[in-house]
Amino acid sequence: MLIVENISLMVEDFSLNNINLSIEKGDYFVLLGLSGVGKSLLLETIAGLRTPSEGNIFLRGKLLNSIPIQNRQISIVYQDLVLFPHLNVYENIAYPLKAMHAGDIEEKVIAAATQTGIADKMERMPASLSGGEAQRAALARSIAAGSDIFLLDEPLSSIDLKSKNELRILLRNLNRSGITIVHVTHDYEEAISLATKIGIMENGKLVHVDTTEEIFEHPKSEFVAHFIGIKNFLRGRITKQTDSDLKIFVSEKIEIFCLSELDEGNVFLMIDPKEISISNTVLEGSIRNHFKGRIKDIAPARLGLVVTVDIGVDFAVHVSKDAFYSLGMNVGKDVWINFKASSCKVYN
Amino acid sequence: MVFAFLGGALLLFIIAPIAGLYLNAPLSSWTETVADKSVQDSIWLSLWTSMAGTLLFSLLAIPLAYILARKKFRFKSLINGLIDVPIIIPHSAAGIAVLGVISRDSVLGQAADLVGLKLVGNPSGIILAMAFVSIPFLINAARDGFCAVPERLEKIALSLGASPVRVFFTISLPLASRSIVSGLIMMWARGMSEFGAVVIVAYNPQTAPVMIFERFTSFGLKYSLPAAAIFVAVSLLIFIILRVISKK
Repeated sequence: MLIVENISLMVEDFSLNNINLSIEKGDYFVLLGLSGVGKSLLLETIAGLRTPSEGNIFLRGKLLNSIPIQNRQISIVYQDLVLFPHLNVYENIAYPLKAMHAGDIEEKVIAAATQTGIADKMERMPASLSGGEAQRAALARSIAAGSDIFLLDEPLSSIDLKSKNELRILLRNLNRSGITIVHVTHDYEEAISLATKIGIMENGKLVHVDTTEEIFEHPKSEFVAHFIGIKNFLRGRITKQTDSDLKIFVSEKIEIFCLSELDEGNVFLMIDPKEISISNTVLEGSIRNHFKGRIKDIAPARLGLVVTVDIGVDFAVHVSKDAFYSLGMNVGKDVWINFKASSCKVYN
Repeated sequence: MVFAFLGGALLLFIIAPIAGLYLNAPLSSWTETVADKSVQDSIWLSLWTSMAGTLLFSLLAIPLAYILARKKFRFKSLINGLIDVPIIIPHSAAGIAVLGVISRDSVLGQAADLVGLKLVGNPSGIILAMAFVSIPFLINAARDGFCAVPERLEKIALSLGASPVRVFFTISLPLASRSIVSGLIMMWARGMSEFGAVVIVAYNPQTAPVMIFERFTSFGLKYSLPAAAIFVAVSLLIFIILRVISKK
């Protein structure tokens, strides 16, 4: 439905570089990335609010580049300043209908407002609405505009948790009703909760596009892994051994024994912090990976503690408070971390 | 406390001369001056020519202000500086400059002659002179007003299917209206009080400032005081009414 082809754009000292993207009709596509990586810029470029220096954008099979914004039938909803402040909710929702000289304006406004749950606040001015109510009104206005693709720029960022959950339900329902949504956020939980497909942005580049499951199961860069909260993520090379079923993973600073079907080549390796044990001495037994290091940080987790141990690279270890303190551990202490070869998740 | 004293002294500096106008003009002379047809005509001429100039030139000033607020282009700073030139040059010089453009020897003067329009010594010339010296007040206020309108709102409106013209009239203009109205009032008030430029372009028919000046030079302070007091009262009254309306 929406194809972004080799889009590049320079704005002051920041640039979007060679962005390629394909979004199918009915997708809920989340552009995920830290602040300032170019997510909103890409969104505005798709909407036609910025002109790319290179590349093409196709929507519904048509080249969009020379089509004026007002004829693209793409609605954009921002995080704040979502409504026209001098118009009440009814007038805001009616705005696109009047602009397009549509008939049955009142009927359409009421239908859109009912769909988003804002019909009881038609006379209210934007300044008197909560963040969640303003977003509902803005979504109703986009529905009234008849767009089948919504571009949402951090729509849930400045609203309270309760409204956020309600709006997520609304957004999912809108998506199920056939509206394609492109949603920009820096919140990976929001992405998991809503997306059917995710694009990860980093420094003006789209570094990874895949289904939500694939992105979180198999991140393809340290940035992605760290950004989505995955710890103990390494990039390196795997080699097989002649007399063992174990493979050796070699990264810049560490060698790890692992069990993997892959024989050789460049791979990514992840180890769940819960699969690693921490001890004062090397643990005997079937565990093949032992590394001596120094405790760098201790952070409380929802359950237990996450201990960062520096073994040349930082490793996160998830332990119970009881176990940790009974071993007399603290920041600066030398310890051993131990994990099985089978705990390593290797993929290419 | 010191600031309050300094501020109070400044306010006194503004209020004292105006108050002096009324304290020094005997009440008996007021009724006579109000009834004077030439005084009435002069005040009315000042009011309507200034209003006409403001409205007429707002059609040019508001679009220019929008361009200056929204677009980036070469020499924009130069144009912004140029707009303030009428404020900084002596107004008699401004009058001579305007006269140079509208006199019968000029292209504009000859073109006006062709359609039977007289510019020098005529209300149309007065309108041009008033507009020349007062237009910066409108352009600057409108430009600041448009700058304060978030561009994002205009973008949203465009994405909702509104044409750029519709966006201007339904979003940009209403949201900048307070600044624009303020600029219109300032332009009108400044134009109405203009003497230096107007007296060079049109000594007759006489606007109120020219009439007050003539009374002062011909008959002295005593004779000019009631006319000045009446003109100031009328101006202040309209100014206050417009300010109140614009803030609602």
